[in-house]
Amino acid sequence: MISHNSPALIPLISLGSAIALPLIAFKKKALAHPFTLLVSFTMVILSFYNIARVWQGERITYHFGGWLPPVGIEYLLDPLSAFIACVINTVAFFVLIHAGGILEREVPHRTVPYCALILLFLCGANGIIITGDVFNLYVFLEIFSLAGYGLIAVGERAAVVASFRYLILGTLGASFYLLGVGFLYIVTGSLNMADLKRIIAVIPVNPALIAALALMVTGMALKMALFPLHGWLPDAYTYAPSTTSALIAPIGTKVAAYVLIRLLFFVFGIKITVDTIPLLDVIGYMAAAGVLYGSLLAIAQKEMKRMLAYSSVAQIGYIGIGLSLANPMGYIGAVLHILNHAFMKGALFLVAGNLRNGSGHSEIPRFDARLRKKYPGGMAAFSVAALSMIGIPPMAGFFSKWYLSLGAVEKSNWVMLAVILISSLLNAVYFIRIWERVYLIKGNEENDDTLLQEKEPLILLVPTLILSFSLILLGLGNSFLVTKIIARIIPPGM
Amino acid sequence: MTETWQVYPSIIPLYVVGISLLAVPLIVLSNNRPNLREFWTLGASIVKFLLVFSLLPNLLSHRIALFTLWEIAPGITLTLKADAMGVFFALVASSLWIATSLYSIGYMRGLKEHKQTRYFASFAVCLSATMGIAFAANILTFLIFYEILTVATYPLVIHKETKEAISAGRKYLAYTLSAGILLIAATVLTYKLTGNLDFKAGGIFDPTSLPRQRAWILFLLFLGGVGVKAAIMPLHSWLPAAMIAPTPVSALLHAVAVVKSGAFGVLRLVGFIFGPTLMHLYGLDILLTTLACLTIITASLLAFRQDNLKHRLAYSTVGHLSYIVLGAALLSPAAFAGALLHLLNHAFLKITLFFCAGAIYVTMHKEKISELKGVGHAMPWTMGAFTIATIGLMGVPPLNGFISKWEICLGSLQAGTVLPLIILIISGLLNGGYLFPIIYKAYYTGTPHPIKEKEPYIMVVPLLVTISFAVLLGLFPNGVFTFFDLATGVGKEILRGFVR
Repeated sequence: MISHNSPALIPLISLGSAIALPLIAFKKKALAHPFTLLVSFTMVILSFYNIARVWQGERITYHFGGWLPPVGIEYLLDPLSAFIACVINTVAFFVLIHAGGILEREVPHRTVPYCALILLFLCGANGIIITGDVFNLYVFLEIFSLAGYGLIAVGERAAVVASFRYLILGTLGASFYLLGVGFLYIVTGSLNMADLKRIIAVIPVNPALIAALALMVTGMALKMALFPLHGWLPDAYTYAPSTTSALIAPIGTKVAAYVLIRLLFFVFGIKITVDTIPLLDVIGYMAAAGVLYGSLLAIAQKEMKRMLAYSSVAQIGYIGIGLSLANPMGYIGAVLHILNHAFMKGALFLVAGNLRNGSGHSEIPRFDARLRKKYPGGMAAFSVAALSMIGIPPMAGFFSKWYLSLGAVEKSNWVMLAVILISSLLNAVYFIRIWERVYLIKGNEENDDTLLQEKEPLILLVPTLILSFSLILLGLGNSFLVTKIIARIIPPGM
Repeated sequence: MTETWQVYPSIIPLYVVGISLLAVPLIVLSNNRPNLREFWTLGASIVKFLLVFSLLPNLLSHRIALFTLWEIAPGITLTLKADAMGVFFALVASSLWIATSLYSIGYMRGLKEHKQTRYFASFAVCLSATMGIAFAANILTFLIFYEILTVATYPLVIHKETKEAISAGRKYLAYTLSAGILLIAATVLTYKLTGNLDFKAGGIFDPTSLPRQRAWILFLLFLGGVGVKAAIMPLHSWLPAAMIAPTPVSALLHAVAVVKSGAFGVLRLVGFIFGPTLMHLYGLDILLTTLACLTIITASLLAFRQDNLKHRLAYSTVGHLSYIVLGAALLSPAAFAGALLHLLNHAFLKITLFFCAGAIYVTMHKEKISELKGVGHAMPWTMGAFTIATIGLMGVPPLNGFISKWEICLGSLQAGTVLPLIILIISGLLNGGYLFPIIYKAYYTGTPHPIKEKEPYIMVVPLLVTISFAVLLGLFPNGVFTFFDLATGVGKEILRGFVR
């Protein structure tokens, strides 16, 4: 039975447990976190089970309520969706282990609703990934976004404003998307992705179709924080609780990037996005500008989480560049970067959370060598993740750049090649700045030493270390992932 | 050596690379027990050298050890191949690591330096990366170890943790990371053009698929990548700045392992990526020769202006690295062999000079040449070795510096030009010009200081060993590990079939 229903199980389990959680933890609030963790663990197991099935060559579809598509809602597991779901659930699981150590501190008295929101958030994310229906996707997108606004708003005082801003822009994005779906439905009379693809391939290109495409892409670009639509992101990441930032940074924008991949390559197809209108070029140059802009602004930031947020804007640009190249290497680079960046940013935001938990702040000018003495493990995790971000081989980050560069060269697009490579140097600048402080600048020993916790608790340290050190494995084993999973589903027409 | 090479699978190249990496956790774990910690370093260095040495007999009977780990990117494997040139470089670096390890112990303890664990651990990583560079069978493997070397050297450059050291570290990273970027770009372009990244004697490009303009761009990208570490002017200025590092670092890394990795990269670039035919066809050899000649002369002139002993030696290194580049650029068997031999000979001579500078610093706390009055009387062994090494660097027979210079000069005539020969002769004189004043100052400018401290044996022994080897290599160029045969073999193999 599980094998038959496994595509639908992940979103349903998280949805059900999100509703059940307040009841279970009604008497004993301490139950909330272990329960969330258990659910998350189940989701990890299920997503690995799914990927194992897809591995054997199955392309699993699931028809809700037995209604056949295009009328009914279809869930679809192919190598792409199974892979992204696996990445997201795994990262979420480690972040949630870490949450056990700081939830009480960061969201006191509100752990139960907070955990329920996390489960809703994961339900939305998994639903978006697994659904094969553009309208159903909108429904999950709303679940996902609303949970996200809540998760951000419980942070610092400024988080409410940041969350409101995100809400306005996020709703705009979702509305754009919905409008696009409307146009699409008018033109084609279908909402099922596979069906849409068949219809779009045969009908003549008309303005309504282009409008649908433009609206949907704009909406998703907003959600993805693709430059210059990134305005909501820095504040939201900075003021949110550490767990939220560590969840939303690796998962939130990646989900939107995934939708973009689905829409551009698997629904509309390259024929329209490249040949009819130069949409991919527009995305590519926006992304390239975002890479430079995000990296430069990250250098200017004085607060670590804010720096990481701007760095995210840049890293999303990588994914955008990979998509815009519209060739297999660029596509592989983009999908691989979704994985790599999820692990890197997850690890880095966890380090920032550990610092805030331990020393009460994460302001770079106040960093000094005392941090390394107190938190050697956390700083090691930071260093490994940062090396990967800079793109030092054999770390995972290098291979994202490798495939993206190959893609750029394949297309003889020298601007993109230069942007990809130069941004490595910019990354190096903002990470070396922290290294120098943490490893080399001597601290004032007597001064406010009491603020620092004695040791880093294992529950915070272990997930951080796992996420960052797995970057070495992901780098060394990237070829395996690429040939066995990512390259198995190269979009048609590339 | 005209027979074909046989390739046999062997795990020894992996052990060579891995042994010092394995030592890193042991070094870190024995943080509180210095003797045990240094035991690991010394042990790893000796085992590493023996492992490299064990590759030699097979190599001499034309059998190359090859070890493929796994596919690191689709179509490209992580492969280690102990070919003649790789073993040559690995022998140089691993044998000198033993001497440097001993010397480091004396130096670091003599100065009661802080963070010695970090120092020894980073050192071990650097040596692993160097071996990886020596044995890399394709450009991507080379690139991976090249970048690891960049990162692993950083903690050694900033070891002092002063403002000056930090800014030197920044400069170092700015140069080397940018170089890494250029190398990545070049590798990607090469992969696109050929679909193959394996080093091949004589070059991997087909002239028909690589028009002149593209060849120049590609060559400049590669040269930017490896030229920074090889300190080809104007990419050299990180090297004098990096002299802020502890002296053993300057000795092994900034005279042997790191900079020679760059020079080794130039040799791979000329002999195994572009190949002599293509280099000559597009006039790339002229570009490289010009750059090398300019660097040799300019660096020697700049060396005169340095009062800091290590800075003067650094500029001397810049000049001598370009001997190697020049040897490669001349595209003749003798010159290529000379380049490899100079990689070896300069290593032994320059490491001795740095060891001397460090011994003087530890014993008398003097860094500037103008303060060296009477040092020759206080430290007779050290300054004696310094004098011999100076003569060797000038290229006076029968010291080893002569052999490599002779081969490069010979190669210059084979290539049909005289200018490089003249440059090399002038450079020899300039070498004497900037090194002899140091000796003069040390011996003839006054009575010995009332110095109580003696030369520490743990530092004097390594430098006497290295200078003895330099003398031996001069007298019996083929007696020590058949270096001469290896080098000439490589030169012939690369230039086989090349008609000017």
